[in-house]
Amino acid sequence: MAEKTQATAPGAEIDAVEARDLYRRMRLIRTFEDTVQQQFQKGNVHGTTHLYSGQEASGVGVCSMLREGDKVAGTYRGHGHSIALGVDPQKLMDEMLGRVTGACGGRAGSMNVVDVASGLIGCFGIVGGSIGAATGAALAEKLRGTGNVAVAFFGDGTSNQAYFHESLNWAQVEKLPVVFVCENNLYMEFTPIEDVTAGAIGSRPQAMGIDYRQVDGNDVFAVREAAGEAIEHARSGAGPAFLETMTYRFVGHSRSDPGKYRKPGEMDEWKKRDPLILGRRALEERYGIEAERLDEIDAEVAKQLEEIVERGLAAPFPDPGSDGKEFK
Amino acid sequence: MAQANDQGTIEYRVAVREAIGDEMERDPSVVFFGEDVAIAGGVFAVTPGLHERFGERVIDTPISELAMSAGAFGAAVNGLRPIFEIMFADFLLLSMDSLVNQAAKYWYVSNEQGSCPLVVRSAMGAGGNFGAMHSQSPVPWLQGVPGLKVVAPATAGDAYALLRAAIRDDNPVAFLEHKRLYSVKDPVSPVDTLPLGEAAVVREGTDVTLVSISKGVRDCLRAADELAEKGVSAEVVDLRSLRPLDTETVLRSVAKTNRVVMVEEGPLIGGWAANLLGIVAAEGLHDLDDAWLIACPETPIPYSPTLEDAFLPNEGRIVGEVSSRLGLAAEIATGA
Repeated sequence: MAEKTQATAPGAEIDAVEARDLYRRMRLIRTFEDTVQQQFQKGNVHGTTHLYSGQEASGVGVCSMLREGDKVAGTYRGHGHSIALGVDPQKLMDEMLGRVTGACGGRAGSMNVVDVASGLIGCFGIVGGSIGAATGAALAEKLRGTGNVAVAFFGDGTSNQAYFHESLNWAQVEKLPVVFVCENNLYMEFTPIEDVTAGAIGSRPQAMGIDYRQVDGNDVFAVREAAGEAIEHARSGAGPAFLETMTYRFVGHSRSDPGKYRKPGEMDEWKKRDPLILGRRALEERYGIEAERLDEIDAEVAKQLEEIVERGLAAPFPDPGSDGKEFK
Repeated sequence: MAQANDQGTIEYRVAVREAIGDEMERDPSVVFFGEDVAIAGGVFAVTPGLHERFGERVIDTPISELAMSAGAFGAAVNGLRPIFEIMFADFLLLSMDSLVNQAAKYWYVSNEQGSCPLVVRSAMGAGGNFGAMHSQSPVPWLQGVPGLKVVAPATAGDAYALLRAAIRDDNPVAFLEHKRLYSVKDPVSPVDTLPLGEAAVVREGTDVTLVSISKGVRDCLRAADELAEKGVSAEVVDLRSLRPLDTETVLRSVAKTNRVVMVEEGPLIGGWAANLLGIVAAEGLHDLDDAWLIACPETPIPYSPTLEDAFLPNEGRIVGEVSSRLGLAAEIATGA
């Protein structure tokens, strides 16, 4: 079920098969999120959700440049990070549905998924948690001399958290192999990021002398190239790298968000640059992959999600009688 | 096993240092970091020499308590056994998000995919005129978090064996060292480790049970000496761990003495003592003839020596209250 994207680092060049896999994975995330939304409305997904729709190229581009042994820390908007890294979408959906077959047996839910086998050290429900955790994971990789890197995904709003400033500083002082990926979707929750942020986010890592690059976060190929450079920098022992992926979310911050804060016409403009549209165009132009083939992928993924939901809804809930009894 | 001095005793701070050193020697995945702990050896002189012995495994950090605790979390879930020092326990508040939301929850929320073996050491406690922000004992703040063990040893020997056990534990442990104990000397521990979550009856008695942790245990032991001169036989229970909480040992002692007093260096409301007394009442009311709490006033900890001395529980207050409740008040008043 899990389609682990093969790493090609440090070069970002890939063949048509791999390029198609990138598109499939982005489509998988989009359809997964649409499905979570539907199941939420049906009452099968509980609590709240923060969907990754619109930001797929960022997570998929970065994770496609990682290698076995690298670690990733995601956020409460973490379904995309998880799938991009290769977490089994069946296990992820089962977790959303609160089933015992979920990635964390139904104990975690949408915001806190851990999948050790995939290298996902966690998705963190508190803004900034991913940054601190990945910095610590990188400390372990450095002291163990593994050559692995740790990646922290986080949003633009996180640049105003203590975690951000403290961890960037410490990582640079200790020259830790960590890549900070700021997914800048222009809004911290409901508020335009520039209304609550002094100066440019990128000026902050640069003030600490941290390797910094900004990239079009909706172009998966551009993300791959920039991520490859950032990861290589961190892996070489030169210290942390900071990658700012400029993107946009097509859905509310969370399920309760009416989205009234968006500027008129802004969503329409960004939808023209949907990572899936850009991805299709690039596959057609660069690899000569026909639109019909991409439609087939879309249909295959849609069917995959239908089957996933069917199996998930048939899976048992965890038994409260046995849960937590061995907590130590 | 810790090295004794010529008198067969060891200083509390040295016991802590030796526990760290012995575990780092035994297990190469143990690392230690904190503010001023490596080159300088720590502001309470607990860790000199460790950096010289273990090199890059002992690290000076920036003043970044949150990054430190999250760094320990990330390292702990990725193959290391970090120990980190929060200089004053009051500063633990800055590290709490990672401790509470990451470290304490990881084993459970991940559905037991992995462990989070970290230890946070911190110096707590009043009595040194450090004022309101450098004197607190944040035991209840930590104790209320499932998934986080809390240990507060009263003696140098226990500090050594409990810290080694804490470092070997597969999930997070908060290890609280009372700053008024760093210079005390006690017999060396006869064992390498002691189990976490087990209380100890450190003095046997039949009339009343005194329960405390850390420095409070030593106050209770001195009070028990004085009470013995008045003909009162006090049993003293050292909880040693606040989570897991060994209620069994307390209930057994109460079944014997039928009276219990809990001594807490902290406010009465929301404290560990009130909570434990609630459990004792719920499970052992039939054994109780009398029960009460000795704790601090509901204000921040004052600075001035006269104010701070009056604020803190001490053996005099314990002796006075026990004597009074047991009907020895007249004796005290007349000095008989």
